[in-house]
Amino acid sequence: MNSKDPIRSAIPYRRGNVKPLLNEIIHALDRLLDDDEPTVIDLASLPFAPGELEQLEQALGRGELNAELDALGKSHIRETAYPGVWWLEHRNTAGEIVGRYIEITRTPEILMSQDADIGAGRAKLRDSFEDTGNEFNKEAAK
Amino acid sequence: MKTIPTLGEILQAQGVSRRGFMKYCAATASLLALPPAMVPRIANALEQARRPSVIWLSFQECTGCTESLTRSSSPTLEGLIFDSISLDYHHTLQAASGDAAEAARHAAMQENMGQYLVLVDGSIPMGNPGFSTIAGISNYDMLMETVDGAAAVVAIGSCAAFGGIPGANPNPTGAVSVQDLVKDKPIVNVPGCPPIPMVITAVLAQFLTFGQLPELDIHGRPTAFFGQTIHDRCYRRPFYEQGRFAETFDDEGARKGWCLFKLGCKGPITYNACATVKWNAGTSFPIESGHPCLGCSEPGFWDKGGFYAPLSTGKFGSGEKLAGAAVAGVALGAAAAVAGRRRQAKYTKEG
Repeated sequence: MNSKDPIRSAIPYRRGNVKPLLNEIIHALDRLLDDDEPTVIDLASLPFAPGELEQLEQALGRGELNAELDALGKSHIRETAYPGVWWLEHRNTAGEIVGRYIEITRTPEILMSQDADIGAGRAKLRDSFEDTGNEFNKEAAK
Repeated sequence: MKTIPTLGEILQAQGVSRRGFMKYCAATASLLALPPAMVPRIANALEQARRPSVIWLSFQECTGCTESLTRSSSPTLEGLIFDSISLDYHHTLQAASGDAAEAARHAAMQENMGQYLVLVDGSIPMGNPGFSTIAGISNYDMLMETVDGAAAVVAIGSCAAFGGIPGANPNPTGAVSVQDLVKDKPIVNVPGCPPIPMVITAVLAQFLTFGQLPELDIHGRPTAFFGQTIHDRCYRRPFYEQGRFAETFDDEGARKGWCLFKLGCKGPITYNACATVKWNAGTSFPIESGHPCLGCSEPGFWDKGGFYAPLSTGKFGSGEKLAGAAVAGVALGAAAAVAGRRRQAKYTKEG
């Protein structure tokens, strides 16, 4: 249990949110396999009872892949025990949850390197290469 | 005229990666209660968005609304939204005071004529201009002068939206709401005592993202957050349907988390997002903490016959019908809530 996320209560409420969500995920997997259509479920919009989110997380379990993103705060992206079903949590720089989603997709978009970042990285590497080259030439000329 | 940078340019200058920006957009979609499929559209709009000038006026208020807004640790995503607006006047938060502060307000109005947003917390006393003044200017004069060149007005908190506590019986200052005075500008009411901070920022984010104000209900509240009652979204509602109620704050029902209707919960007639957005970074909301909803986002909430009096015994007509319906099952339970809402609408209309 994370002290920054006190919504994860130990009170064993069962108000019936988990089963319909699991059913929705099954249908989303159908769409992914049959039509290549991904689905995102925003968990912030659902009226979870204390402890229900934890029940959902336990029901989905943990899979083979677990990633951490560090951009405007940490994000945790992990595949659940069901391939193609991903659990995403975005936090701000103070460690507070700002978004929690289930994505039914092959790879969550946020894990992909983005063209804008690739372009900026290439320019940075090029600059670094030229600087290094200049330094090398100066050394060689001595 | 000064060049106003786009949000994309601001974030780029801050070294925010595209991934970080996409995360920001996903959180914004969630904040606006929009489906995740809208994230690419939000990203395109936000990249091109320019910082709007915001003037925040505080009148007869307790500063709780500002407290609510600033409660999040900084920097946060909500903070980033605020970095992305130009908060040009807020006499609690700004460093300037006196003539310098008023000069900042006038400068912001002149530089952004017709385009700035005015946010107001607190009600306006009409009994005597001297009841509440800022820099020697009455609240009424400051409001009317400032909104004259505004694109829109956002009334933050129940005092600005509906008169709130200053306007409660016997209303000694003659307090009125913003919408009682401003008739020729778009007004968004974000009531609550205080409002949920995410709802305040969502209205600003909507304006920033799409350049327009959100869809509103009959009380001028954004339907994305005030479209359903607390009761509609309450995780304790199944207990209401089953007729299981806490009768006191320390009985078996209270310990087991049963419905708080009989302890005065105003959830069935209160439209707000507390049950889903929740408070303190999603920790809980009053009902989850064992306290009935006070109905603070509804007009006249302070004068509705006692926070701990059940709706069935308050100013809402036949109590026996409401309470009877509440214990009689799903269909009647829903009917009770609808009946409560109708009475609420009637009450509001009659003042």
